[in-house]
Amino acid sequence: MCIVPVHTESAEAVRLAQGLWLLSWLAVMCGAFVFSLGVYLKIELLRRAEVMENTEIHVVPNILLLVGLASMGTNWMASRVCQDSMDMSRFPRWKVLLLAWFAVAALLCCLLVAVVVLSYALQGRLEESLKIGLRNGIRFYKDTDVPGRCFQKETIDRLQIEFRCCGNNNYKDWFEVQWVSNRYLDLTSKDVKDRIRSNVDGRFLLDGVPFSCCNPASPRPCLQYQLTDNHAHFNYEYQTEELNLYARGCRQALTDYYMGLMNSTGPGVLSVILIQISVIVSLRYLQTAVEGAMALENPEDESVGYLLEKGLKETFEELKAKVLDMVKLAQVDPTTSEVSPEAQEAEKGDNATKTPSPPPAS
Amino acid sequence: MALLTVKFDLKKRVKLAQTVWFMYWFAVMAGVLVFSMGLFFKIELRKRSELMDNSESHLVPNLLILMGLLVCAVNALGGKICYDSLDPSKFSRWKSLLGAFLSGCVALNGLLLFTALLCFLTRIPLQFTLAEGLRNAVRFYKDTDTPGRCYMKRTVDLMQMEFRCCGSRDFRDWFEIQWVSNRYLDFSAKEVKDRIGSNVDSQYLMDGVPFSCCNPSSPRPCIQFHMTNNSAHYSYDHYTEELNVWRRGCSEALLSYYGGMMNTIGALVILVTLLEVGVTIGLQYIQSSLASLANPEDPESESEGWLLEKSVSETFTDITAKMNVSSSFEIPALTRVMFKGIFQDV
Repeated sequence: MCIVPVHTESAEAVRLAQGLWLLSWLAVMCGAFVFSLGVYLKIELLRRAEVMENTEIHVVPNILLLVGLASMGTNWMASRVCQDSMDMSRFPRWKVLLLAWFAVAALLCCLLVAVVVLSYALQGRLEESLKIGLRNGIRFYKDTDVPGRCFQKETIDRLQIEFRCCGNNNYKDWFEVQWVSNRYLDLTSKDVKDRIRSNVDGRFLLDGVPFSCCNPASPRPCLQYQLTDNHAHFNYEYQTEELNLYARGCRQALTDYYMGLMNSTGPGVLSVILIQISVIVSLRYLQTAVEGAMALENPEDESVGYLLEKGLKETFEELKAKVLDMVKLAQVDPTTSEVSPEAQEAEKGDNATKTPSPPPAS
Repeated sequence: MALLTVKFDLKKRVKLAQTVWFMYWFAVMAGVLVFSMGLFFKIELRKRSELMDNSESHLVPNLLILMGLLVCAVNALGGKICYDSLDPSKFSRWKSLLGAFLSGCVALNGLLLFTALLCFLTRIPLQFTLAEGLRNAVRFYKDTDTPGRCYMKRTVDLMQMEFRCCGSRDFRDWFEIQWVSNRYLDFSAKEVKDRIGSNVDSQYLMDGVPFSCCNPSSPRPCIQFHMTNNSAHYSYDHYTEELNVWRRGCSEALLSYYGGMMNTIGALVILVTLLEVGVTIGLQYIQSSLASLANPEDPESESEGWLLEKSVSETFTDITAKMNVSSSFEIPALTRVMFKGIFQDV
């Protein structure tokens, strides 16, 4: 039983080949699109690598890069097969490769589906990575004289300005760390000594934030220091003040940004998957139609193209039997060669017990 | 004697027509490019028109947009003429228009060159507009409750952060005006009363700058207030401190931004002009080679193409004579003799 047989005359086969050739070039360009998506995503992640603690999220652009390149090559090969399918002399050399091609193309489709799933699944890991990275960035903000950390201040400032965010969860994160370097503190002054003594670790903590937290949309000049003291500023109440600083935390801002990037690439990737699947199906039809035509004596006669030679269940059974045969071949082979004379005698007597030597794989 | 004659046979004529047709398509795309550059410049000016007092001149971008459209239209027509030149029956309907079309092309090239020159010169009026506009912007920074000016603060803050600049000329511009609104000043405090009393206009002046002047690359947290008072901050010397706030003025920053943009656009317009001159010369050769067929009935005969039918001086006197006849405008005899004398040896 054939699955969805398609009767092909020679002209229809030619049309199928031409259509498939165009489709496979479209698929090559889709592969290039997926590759460039991967490049873009990777660059965006690398730009903020300083505030990310691990690189687990990089698996998404890495897979996109790999799949993009592979699909460009695979679909280019499909277009070559199309071109040769109309020429009976050149088509046979592709016969061997076509099975491998189908396996690779199916694998690419699975990988693309995996990318879409991963981009949602890894959100939690991304948040964790950002949480730790930002916490370190805020802690090392003051260390502009320590090699390896001297650009943390600039990185965090630029990040807060660009993403319009403040601190890790919110601006109060800055109250918990010393973000003013000791080089700029007058350790003889009373105020400084009081603050340092007020906590266990001897840190200069204050209820102030760096300038990069300031919101330009505020109608009032930015209040950075003594934020929790209503009397320090005229006409100020910190419980109701909303516009003075950025309200969002940088972890939330960055997560939203990257999730937005990956979600917007979702529809593109899904349409690439659809195109790839249609290329696979069309190529299968073309392959079976051309092979059928080659088997006929008169090439102008009708040949039938199909997806699977037998029904789905029968094909599955056949595959299972083949696989089991190959497994048994691996098991039986060493013992069969040793005891072959006895086996031959036993076979004459009893055909049912011993497994006959399997036919060579087709 | 014709200028720069070239002999043509059928094959050469066909090749010339094909080449010029290709060049016309490039020229159409160049016209689209000029149009889009004009549009881009117009949008950039509109984006920051608040900082230029809404009085900036849109002459250059409007001219670029117009020239882009004209160039597209003229080159599309030229391409059609080229395409038809290979077919004598189709070409005959263009023959009468061709002279006028070519002189129109020459005029268009002149206009393009003029546009390029304007692009380079637009820096000068922009400088004055920016200086005036930014001075006002800094003055209206505090007026976040005045309708029409309530977004000035945000615009100025975002501009200073984006262009990495402070104040109009430099950061000291902020010391000369009151940039803190009266709504946030406690008039009963002694310090406020002192400051207001210290100047004629009763303005609250201070030696401080807004937060958007701060430089993130500074190793130390930003010092915004009491900037000229060395003892107000530990280990601080305002004479040698360079990284604390942006040193550049926003006039200079915006001018260099727009100036760079205009220089690039001007250079591209000059390149487009060169392309236009090329296609005009090509079309002139096509026209002259088809007009001078040895045997008008036989399209395969040989012909000659030239740039100008007569020498430069003779062409010039022809044009002036035509102008005399058409407009009955009398050039003094002296001028006629002068023209003849200048171009005698060309």
